[in-house]
Amino acid sequence: MWLYLVKRIILAIANIAIAVTFLFLMIRAVPGDPAAVLLGTRATPEMKAQLHEQMGLDKPFIVQIATFFGGLLHGDLGFDVFSQRAVADIVFEQLPYTLELILVSILWAVLVAVPLGCYSAMRRNSLVDQVAGVVTVATIAIPSFVVAVYALLIFAVTLRWLPAIGVGIGFWDGLIYLILPAFAIGIGWVGYISRLVRASMLEILGENHIRMARSFGISEWRIIARYALPLAILPTVTILGVGIAWLLSSAVFIEVVFARPGIGTLIVNAVNTRNYPIVMGVVLVTTFLIVAATTLSDVVNAFLDPRTREKLGHGKR
Amino acid sequence: MVSVEAIGPEPNDAMATGALRTFLRQFRNNRTGILGAFLVVLIAATAVFAPLLVTHDPIRIMVGPRLAAPSLDYLLGTDQLGRDTFSRIIMGGRIPLLVAFASLGSSLAVGVVLGLIAGFGPRWLDNLLLLIFDTIRSFPGIIFALAIIALLGPSLGSIIFVIAITSMPIYARLVRTQAQALLGSEYIAAERSLGAGMTRILGVHVLPNVIGPLLILVSMDVPAVIAVEAGLSFLGMGVRPPTPDWGATLNDGYSYINQTPWLVIASGIPIVLATLGFTFLGEALRDIFDPTLRKDL
Repeated sequence: MWLYLVKRIILAIANIAIAVTFLFLMIRAVPGDPAAVLLGTRATPEMKAQLHEQMGLDKPFIVQIATFFGGLLHGDLGFDVFSQRAVADIVFEQLPYTLELILVSILWAVLVAVPLGCYSAMRRNSLVDQVAGVVTVATIAIPSFVVAVYALLIFAVTLRWLPAIGVGIGFWDGLIYLILPAFAIGIGWVGYISRLVRASMLEILGENHIRMARSFGISEWRIIARYALPLAILPTVTILGVGIAWLLSSAVFIEVVFARPGIGTLIVNAVNTRNYPIVMGVVLVTTFLIVAATTLSDVVNAFLDPRTREKLGHGKR
Repeated sequence: MVSVEAIGPEPNDAMATGALRTFLRQFRNNRTGILGAFLVVLIAATAVFAPLLVTHDPIRIMVGPRLAAPSLDYLLGTDQLGRDTFSRIIMGGRIPLLVAFASLGSSLAVGVVLGLIAGFGPRWLDNLLLLIFDTIRSFPGIIFALAIIALLGPSLGSIIFVIAITSMPIYARLVRTQAQALLGSEYIAAERSLGAGMTRILGVHVLPNVIGPLLILVSMDVPAVIAVEAGLSFLGMGVRPPTPDWGATLNDGYSYINQTPWLVIASGIPIVLATLGFTFLGEALRDIFDPTLRKDL
């Protein structure tokens, strides 16, 4: 277990190092002088020179990349020349809004999907199972921003039941403002997780220790809850780790549609104003989040299921 | 050499027709698969014959009143510039299909080559490539795409480039796994001992074995590509106006959602039908050919 943990963390660090190098090369690959692009057409040569020095563009390449890495290790993501603030401050100011949104979305999705998946597995080929089978594929396939715009049209614009845009004030108000956005993000996950739970549940229900429990006359619900579910939930744990990348992607659209603050709105605005430092800051922070989440879910999974530990050998993961 | 031919798993003609028959029988029983195939054919045919189907010039402004509701003249109403929505939706289906074809095609080509290099190359190169594949997968989807667009400028080319990069690792991994499995198998050893070169092993054994699963993976990636293209165009980061596109029209509809529901309704439905159609079809193909696919990737 400890060996696995160490190996997995080294792999994660290598991932982040390669990602950062790649992103750094990407910024430098922009045609033209980044300082000139950032300052726009009115820039004087003195302003450019000053920004060059600020960004370290006058130094040799190897020094630049070393400074970049060094800065990252200190939590320094660069400087935003427009607002004269540190990029890290701006990104971490917006991050909680996004995390709140994706946490609420995934929470309601899990709470609905796990019972649905269990029920579908217990009553296999029943009407509920068959309908759920088709509907869940559909919810996975439909893009979250289409769901969001339709939900906005129906519940906010036409029926006027729910607020359309913003985040509200205070906890309860904020929760009401979260209903439509969280619905739009979570609905696909209900489909995805319920299918996963159903599939692994079916596999486990066929195993010997479950048949044993049945032969003892233990009730079906108790078998599910006590013996089968803890095992059947494992794939979901893994998926949630990988899934943070998808959640962040849908959060970008949902924040824009519902005009919510967050890193999605932040990066879309930054792209529109060509504010590269902010764009890169958001990419770096989210990449780090994703690597951390996948690593964590791998470790949790290895802890719960010893078989996966063996798989970190050559190329099998 | 005849006996060597027979050792490999490549199908001969009789097997192929038999396999086709089995496939058709299985496919007939897959109702969502049939629905998916129907939708895919419908969308592809609409895209191909789009110029014949449009009722108005899709980019001419003020062919009718602004933001009109559907009528016999304007089947799906008009947009904020008085353009005919029906014609724009019909023509708009070409963009996502083009993006899917270009991005997944190039992704597949690069993925196969890198997968073969990883599978047959030295161990250190294999490990390095795996690390790079992992790294690409840890980039945050749309956010990464937005970063590329910030650097390259908003265009279809940027979108194709991003999708090609980010979908490549899964294809490369599949090819790599297959190549390594074959390298250790006895019939490849026999083939080699008969003096077969690398090209023959690749062309006759590895590629035919891997092409089926690869195409299934590609078909399952199509709905995601359609969603990404529509999504980025919805954010104004994809096609440039006045090119007709579903995502761009959805954005127009979103901007005028308080004045008319028709733009949103008209542009959302084709996105839903396209993603659903390709998903149903891809899932059906996977269930029939290779139910275990993706589990080890």
